[in-house]
Amino acid sequence: MRSPESPVLTIDGLIKDVGPLATLDGKMLRVVSGLSLVAERGQVTALLGANGAGKTTTLECAQGLQKRTGGSISLLGADPDTAGADLRSRVGVMLQDGGLPPSARPIPLLRHVAGMYKNPMDVDALVERLGISQFSRTSVRRLSGGQKQRLALAAALVGNPEILFLDEPSAGLDPQSRQMVFELIAELRDAGMGIVLTTHLMDDAERLADYVYIIDGGHNVVEGTVAELLRHDHATDSAITDRTLYFDAPGGLDFAGALGPGLQLTETRSGSYSITGAITPNDLAALTAWWAERNIMPASLRLEARSLEDVFLDISGRDLR
Amino acid sequence: MSKLLSPNAGPASLPRRIMQQGRYETITMLRNGEQLILAIVLPLMALVGLVVTPLLDGLGGSRVDIATPGILALCAMSTAFTGQGIATGFDRRYGVLRFLSTTPLGRGGLIAGKILAVLVVLFLQVVVVGAIAGFLGWQPRPEAWLPGLGLLVLGAAAFTALGLLVAGTVRPEATLAITNLLWILLGALGGIVVPSERLPGLLQGIVHVLPSGALGQALRDTFLMGAVPFPAVLVLLLWTVLAGAAAIRWFKWN
Repeated sequence: MRSPESPVLTIDGLIKDVGPLATLDGKMLRVVSGLSLVAERGQVTALLGANGAGKTTTLECAQGLQKRTGGSISLLGADPDTAGADLRSRVGVMLQDGGLPPSARPIPLLRHVAGMYKNPMDVDALVERLGISQFSRTSVRRLSGGQKQRLALAAALVGNPEILFLDEPSAGLDPQSRQMVFELIAELRDAGMGIVLTTHLMDDAERLADYVYIIDGGHNVVEGTVAELLRHDHATDSAITDRTLYFDAPGGLDFAGALGPGLQLTETRSGSYSITGAITPNDLAALTAWWAERNIMPASLRLEARSLEDVFLDISGRDLR
Repeated sequence: MSKLLSPNAGPASLPRRIMQQGRYETITMLRNGEQLILAIVLPLMALVGLVVTPLLDGLGGSRVDIATPGILALCAMSTAFTGQGIATGFDRRYGVLRFLSTTPLGRGGLIAGKILAVLVVLFLQVVVVGAIAGFLGWQPRPEAWLPGLGLLVLGAAAFTALGLLVAGTVRPEATLAITNLLWILLGALGGIVVPSERLPGLLQGIVHVLPSGALGQALRDTFLMGAVPFPAVLVLLLWTVLAGAAAIRWFKWN
């Protein structure tokens, strides 16, 4: 039997070939090449990568929707390729394209899916929670992208799954829906559900993920918590302490005397400055003191650490989008 | 702890899942206007057309007695082949098949639910067409009903397998075109409503090995003479097995 601490998903050396493809002279294309990951209960595990990195294929192999070419997958302790109804009842899936029939109306559809489970969620409460009641009389065909996305999430959740797969969960969401969906995901995580999601949005991963796998070219290149990824320079394998301070002040100021050693000052355009380096509290104090002596009040002031976007750029040498 | 989430208690039972899917697909079919036209309106128009014209005169029975078994066969083709094929094709396009196959329903349950819906709709068609044909003077042999319904189920199986084969291998727009075109061609010239004796000589030999001709002939022989023709049953069985095996082999879920 599983222990409650066993991972919800373990993927080891996954390989997936597709084809043969006419565009490759009838050869197979390897879309996933040796990808490994572990997803735990009570955690959000994010697969982060550009379009075409192999994220969706990996998820579909784990869901049993595609047969893998090689490697092993353990989904709640079982092989998804031979999964029966018992295993499927413990797995919730939100597909990237939704998978909802266009002529259906939200509530009958959710009740229909709920009927596949012995002990489904209360559909009314779920509908209320995800704001679906606002569009409950509209057919799927006429829903906005964000409304469809919320309905697909509800359909994935209605069976009380132990593991929830979300393929690009924030696609098409307006800011309010996004907040609603993110809060629900955090709540489900705290209730012990294991959540595996893909995203190409750094912001999603930074806000939601407990553990991130950066995927590039069909395999995982770097993994860690968001904090770990941000602190580590993967190019030089050293800790990162760099920050950037952005501010707007009168143009043409000469700061040289106010800056600590190793800090880089740039005036990107007249009056817009950035200081980059291992900025310390003392550096900030010196700088603000220098301003105070001259009665300079910056129009804006913003301090930023490295983002996951920078991490991805370091690793793959290119932008995520 | 989330108020929404409660412990997972496993899937509903297999019969319950199939009933659930069958009911859902049946309601979806009956709510679809185009499908209703294909399933009920066009067969009834064909029935009336054959009863008021002399096309079927001189075949050893009243017009309505010869026409009605063929119309029932046409109903099976409408629902199992064209209606179900188009619905499945678009479900495949929109990822509905993929999503439902990740739920406890699974692929097997999905197909079983579709077959159940075909049978329920076919039953309703038989009731409606049978009642209207009765008003028009149809007098089926009472003992023909049991084998007749069995043949309709077998015909529906053959046409469902063919519909799924088309829906699972080509784009939904092509499924729409192919299944509608075949419905018209087989309906007019496939020996389903017009007995092979009234078709051009070239077609007479062919229609006996088509599922349309075999089902039409088998139902006419059963309801008119009380005899189930075994060659036609064999043809239907063969189509069911071949198309079913091909669908299992080549059906693409995405």
